[in-house]
Amino acid sequence: MNETKNVLIVGVGGQGVLLATELLSTVTMEAGYDVKKSEVHGMAQRGGVVSSHVRFGDNVFSPLIPDGEADVILAFEQAEAQRWIHYLKDNGTIAINKYKLVPPIASMKGFNYPEDPIAVVRKRTKNVTLIDAVQIAKDLGNPRLVNTILLGVLSTSLEISEDIWTRVIRERVPKGTEELNVKAFLAGRAYR
Amino acid sequence: MKKKMIFSGNEAVARGCYEHGLHIATAYPGTPSTEILENVSKYPEIYSEWSPNEKVAFEVAMGATFEGARTLVAMKHVGLNVAADAFMSMSFIGAPGGFLVVTADDPGMHSSQNEQDNRYYAKFAEYPCIEPSDSQEAKDFVGLGLDLSIEFDTPVMYRLTTRVCHGKSIVELGERTQYPITGFKPNPKKFVVLPSHGREMHPKVMARIARIKEWAETTPLNRIEKGSNGIGIITHGATYNFVKEVMPDASVLKLGMTYPLPINMIKDFAKSVDKLFVIEELEPFIENLLKIEGIECEGMKFWSNLGELTPEIVAAGLEKAGVFKSPYNPKEKESVIPRPPIFCPGCPHRGLYHSLRKNKAVVTTDIGCYTLGCLEPLGAGDTCVEMGASIGVGVGMAKARKSGKGIVATIGDSTFLHSGITGLLNAVNDKAGITVVIADNSITAMTGGQQHPGSGETLTGAQGYKVNLAKICQAVGADNIKVIDPYNLEQTRSTLKEAMESDELSVIITNRPCALYPAENRKLVQETPFAVDHDKCIGCHACFKVSCPAISESDQKTAKGLTKSQIDSALCTGCSVCAQVCPVNAIERIK
Repeated sequence: MNETKNVLIVGVGGQGVLLATELLSTVTMEAGYDVKKSEVHGMAQRGGVVSSHVRFGDNVFSPLIPDGEADVILAFEQAEAQRWIHYLKDNGTIAINKYKLVPPIASMKGFNYPEDPIAVVRKRTKNVTLIDAVQIAKDLGNPRLVNTILLGVLSTSLEISEDIWTRVIRERVPKGTEELNVKAFLAGRAYR
Repeated sequence: MKKKMIFSGNEAVARGCYEHGLHIATAYPGTPSTEILENVSKYPEIYSEWSPNEKVAFEVAMGATFEGARTLVAMKHVGLNVAADAFMSMSFIGAPGGFLVVTADDPGMHSSQNEQDNRYYAKFAEYPCIEPSDSQEAKDFVGLGLDLSIEFDTPVMYRLTTRVCHGKSIVELGERTQYPITGFKPNPKKFVVLPSHGREMHPKVMARIARIKEWAETTPLNRIEKGSNGIGIITHGATYNFVKEVMPDASVLKLGMTYPLPINMIKDFAKSVDKLFVIEELEPFIENLLKIEGIECEGMKFWSNLGELTPEIVAAGLEKAGVFKSPYNPKEKESVIPRPPIFCPGCPHRGLYHSLRKNKAVVTTDIGCYTLGCLEPLGAGDTCVEMGASIGVGVGMAKARKSGKGIVATIGDSTFLHSGITGLLNAVNDKAGITVVIADNSITAMTGGQQHPGSGETLTGAQGYKVNLAKICQAVGADNIKVIDPYNLEQTRSTLKEAMESDELSVIITNRPCALYPAENRKLVQETPFAVDHDKCIGCHACFKVSCPAISESDQKTAKGLTKSQIDSALCTGCSVCAQVCPVNAIERIK
């Protein structure tokens, strides 16, 4: 692989975006790649917009993905998919969690939650995967699994062996939840 | 094989402190520097502390290095303004044990009030300034910086920027090297900055920086990466990565030390290329120094001193200069509803700022989470400048108006202890009739929950002295002190009203802890949540005015077509503030 692969993960503070990119960057390092990751902390826990850039390849310089250069976007929330879609390169892939998180400011005049973010995204790219990760997590018995399920979906766009993913997940998730998280990852990975 | 980890720049600096035998590290929290000390504190081999402000952190660190300890002090860029008095004179003294001053600059102001370029401070005080580009360098430069500091008996500025602090990349781990603490060797001509001593010290500082300038010509901190296209780029820090990304075939002079500059090396580099650019973040610091030396180069003509650089901006500048065609095609952005940061559910500041707005106070506010109280719909906050400004600004306004009535200075506990006490002392002495509110949540919350002298715990989790804020206020001479519960709107409003109507100085202290930090609080403040009774809700949206993330519009409408509210019971902490503003008692605790 000579080309650097660009993955953008977006969502709302508190949803676990930073943990997801933490796992992804560890996986890519374990797969033998150089990796850089960038995000800005500070407002993350206060319901703000969170975006995290991961770039991996043989030799990565910039930790930032240029506008219009993301190979894959993983959106934890619908409006965030719409907000960041301009980062996606032509024919790029986006996976979107069907979840909607309406900010309190939507209650004020002049601020409206977007009507149909999915339709907006579809106008830009054909490669859209929609997943109701919240429902799948509930079915698996723990709403906190959303994160790992979404990583499973993302994993299908990246050529990294399943063994590395499951090994890193087992190492990094809280003790006692290893097998459940691997199950959640595989559920996301099998999702079509 | 050496163990590899993915570290942020801040984690890597902390690891560098461990590996390179650091003895003492001090700081006051400030984004983007905070995680340095949080991570240093995980190594018991290093003494670490949160000091009450950057000046004190700097002074403790100075004392440690006078004893011959390997020492680091960390702060955000504006923190250096607070420590500047110590910073300037420390240059005269030197650094017997090795001394790194970390300044974490914030280009683009992700979480700061300005974007000052602290390299000017390095030149101002004649400190050498080193700047890493990624996490591996962030770790290695701790060792190189300490070596430089000890070799030349000089304090060293260690400049980071947000992208280096919070960006992550691969770091190879090493072992810790132990060093002895050599002990204080009394020498008044070195350690006592008297005018007569100072006059002897200043020429020594100038000679020292001249020797470091010589050393800069050969240090591995600076390196040339020969390219093929005739373009030469001098760059530094995070920007180096963008330059390599955008124009891999350019010749690059990467400056790991941006002050003093290796002028001969740069002159040779300039001769080896057809066109020379300086690409730097933020100010034209290198560019201007080169122009003084008569070296022909371009920088700010094609880039800007405003905000952060990105690969796109680097490429656009090179295109503007006529030497490059940018490969980037920015796509049209979608306009999407913003998500401005607001107070957390259960935040004690909500009731306070809602009441200040209701009472139509003129609010001189300060730096912390509660600055967000100035945003709509709470909208209470008329001025905010820097740490501790609220009280002094309030006094100044009162003197200009010849009355302090209606003026309320709001300041957090950590900020009050940082630099608010002297402001209050002055307000007492000036007989300024303003109201001072200390919004005491017992933690430094905005930066992620760091301990301070009012928290009762230290950085390493040891028991600390929990200072009594009311007693401090009494001791500086404030007589009229009231402690209130900011969850109780009636009490908050009436206490504020009484204080605002009086032309005597009043102090009000709110007594609820942060809802988020320390983590145990999340359970402590949790009471039974509230719900909206849709039979009673008239859709007036008064509850929206408390700006709570748990409150939103439901799909229910009133007969007049107004949207009724709803409360997310998973987010609601049961603080009851919204229930108190509802005019029809439609918000009730879930039974």
